[in-house]
Amino acid sequence: MKYYRSHLLIGMNEASLSAGVKEFEAELRNELTKHNLQDEINVLETGPLSFFGKGICMTVFPENTQYADVKMEDIPELVSEHFLKGRVVKRLVFEGVLQGEAKLNYAERIVLDNSGLIDPDSIDEYVGRGGYEALEKAILKMKPMEVVEEVKKSGLRGRGGAGFPTGLKWSFTAPIQTDQKFVVINADEGEPGTFKDRLIMEGDPHKLLEGISICAYAVGASKAYIYIRGEYHLCIERLRHAIQQAKVYGILGDHIFGSDFSLDIDIKIGAGAYVCGEETALIESLEGNRGNPRWKPPFPGVEGLWKKPTVVNNVETLASVPYIIKNGAEAFAKRGTSDCTGTKVYTILGEVAHPGLCEVDMGTTMRTIINEYGGGMKKGIKFKAALVGGAAGVFLPDSMLDVKMDFASLNQYAAVLGSGAVLVMNENTSIVDMLYSILKFFRHESCGKCSPCRIGTQELYDLIVKIKKGNGTKEDLDKMELLAEVMKQTAFCALGQSPIMPIQSAFEHFKDEFLALVH
Amino acid sequence: MYRQIFDKYAPTKDNLIYILHEIQDTHPQHYISEEAVTEISKYLGVPVNHIYSVITFYTMYSTKPRGKNIIRLCESPPCYLKGSDNILRKLMTILQVKPGETTEDGLFTLELAACLGVCGNAPVMMINQDVYGDLTDTRVVEIINKIKGGK
Repeated sequence: MKYYRSHLLIGMNEASLSAGVKEFEAELRNELTKHNLQDEINVLETGPLSFFGKGICMTVFPENTQYADVKMEDIPELVSEHFLKGRVVKRLVFEGVLQGEAKLNYAERIVLDNSGLIDPDSIDEYVGRGGYEALEKAILKMKPMEVVEEVKKSGLRGRGGAGFPTGLKWSFTAPIQTDQKFVVINADEGEPGTFKDRLIMEGDPHKLLEGISICAYAVGASKAYIYIRGEYHLCIERLRHAIQQAKVYGILGDHIFGSDFSLDIDIKIGAGAYVCGEETALIESLEGNRGNPRWKPPFPGVEGLWKKPTVVNNVETLASVPYIIKNGAEAFAKRGTSDCTGTKVYTILGEVAHPGLCEVDMGTTMRTIINEYGGGMKKGIKFKAALVGGAAGVFLPDSMLDVKMDFASLNQYAAVLGSGAVLVMNENTSIVDMLYSILKFFRHESCGKCSPCRIGTQELYDLIVKIKKGNGTKEDLDKMELLAEVMKQTAFCALGQSPIMPIQSAFEHFKDEFLALVH
Repeated sequence: MYRQIFDKYAPTKDNLIYILHEIQDTHPQHYISEEAVTEISKYLGVPVNHIYSVITFYTMYSTKPRGKNIIRLCESPPCYLKGSDNILRKLMTILQVKPGETTEDGLFTLELAACLGVCGNAPVMMINQDVYGDLTDTRVVEIINKIKGGK
């Protein structure tokens, strides 16, 4: 085994690939070899790092130096200064860390504890960090119902949107006696501003596989499908590779760890439809149909894919499971709030100093997330609102930033929590424009099955266009709110029930902007 | 040519979406022709109308011939906040097409897309499988010229 003096981790994700990270890495290796450093400095590829510095980013251990936006022409200086002489190249250091603004909190993480630290393509590195120990424990030392009970006790709630208790969901499917059950993983992340699941899959694909396997063992499924959006090429590639590796190691396939439990995981690729995030629409899509949602009940847990009992879980939910099994329900329940345990991954975007991701305890306030993890407002321009939860989200003004981010405190807006998208707007942003963009999105994504949503989303779009152009009346504003309320009560699925959230919250806190435009 | 693709998938309806993906990806004009639909219908034993209902439901499929390079510009709120509408105007000017249209030389098709999941680098577009983020007017021109140069 070789021992290296330093490890240089390069973030490989969609963003850095588009900045030419592959060519960069080749050149960097050349330069290191030129200085005869190839046996001292270990260059590794990892997933998304925990900050979104622009362009090509990297972390150097053991120094724990973060570099961002490094260019080809910086390579000679970087190598001769940092790796030859041991002097940090200050001008390339990620600003957030240098100024002590944006916090990086690896130690406190549950879901993203490996992301940006290990090579996602190496199962050995995952195992080296304690990976697959939870699965081994579940299969060899616990009965399936004990696993379900443990997850129930942990208080884990679904990270897809609605926040349904995960253990309870599993407990509906587990006792059913039938020839075939399925686990379906919802990786069709389509909520604008949300890409937490992409980061988990790019950064630590084995964690998801372990979570899936534990779930399948608990509910008695022998087949799992990961339904992933077609645009996530890198995730698809990494997961395929990870599944292959796990099979070679006997962690997937027949008689896992020598037990009677067998599991096969397949990847299914979506074709671009927001509504397929709804679990029954997703199942329809898996069966080769239009992604129109189904009537509930029966719920998928009883009658799902090909009419067989099917547990549908979100990526982040399942990625939390290995921790619970390995460390016990109490350890997980200690984090977050009593009603809402564990951690939550957020993506912080828009007009903040350092757009990025963070994993924090449930219940952390939006103010903390924006200021401590996002580095506060960009260029010090005053905060106006945060759109939390994507298109099906709510506008939070400054006065609401101290609300605890958990299902209980958010009350009627609880559905916005799952997505984890935080889009920050400064005082120069027009809320009317943002609402226009949101309603345009809904109009495009309505599946057309039920009339309240099909007609309602079009009507809402027409109204906001009219208002935006200055042709609207005060009655139009009332009409929008009434229509969205009717949709909430009558639409077939969550898509048509959602426009009320951005509309109501925009009107509640920023009505003046709309009133200024209507006559 | 369809046979090669069909051979990879069992003739069951749930494979429709993947067969459509592959047929479209391997077609030089990135679309699903009437002929292809007929062949799929025969292979899967699924009516033609069902196949069209699926094709027209999902945004990634096209029944119209498209250009060699498909530009998908995100117009969802995070990109909109960062000025995706300006980028759209720029693309329309330099390519001389509207969304949904293909340039005369058949090199580019311009499309609008819902969130592509790369919001950390908004505004974002994808050209075929590649993601381009942090777009500015100048960067857009550079990217388009580079592809034109390389053909």
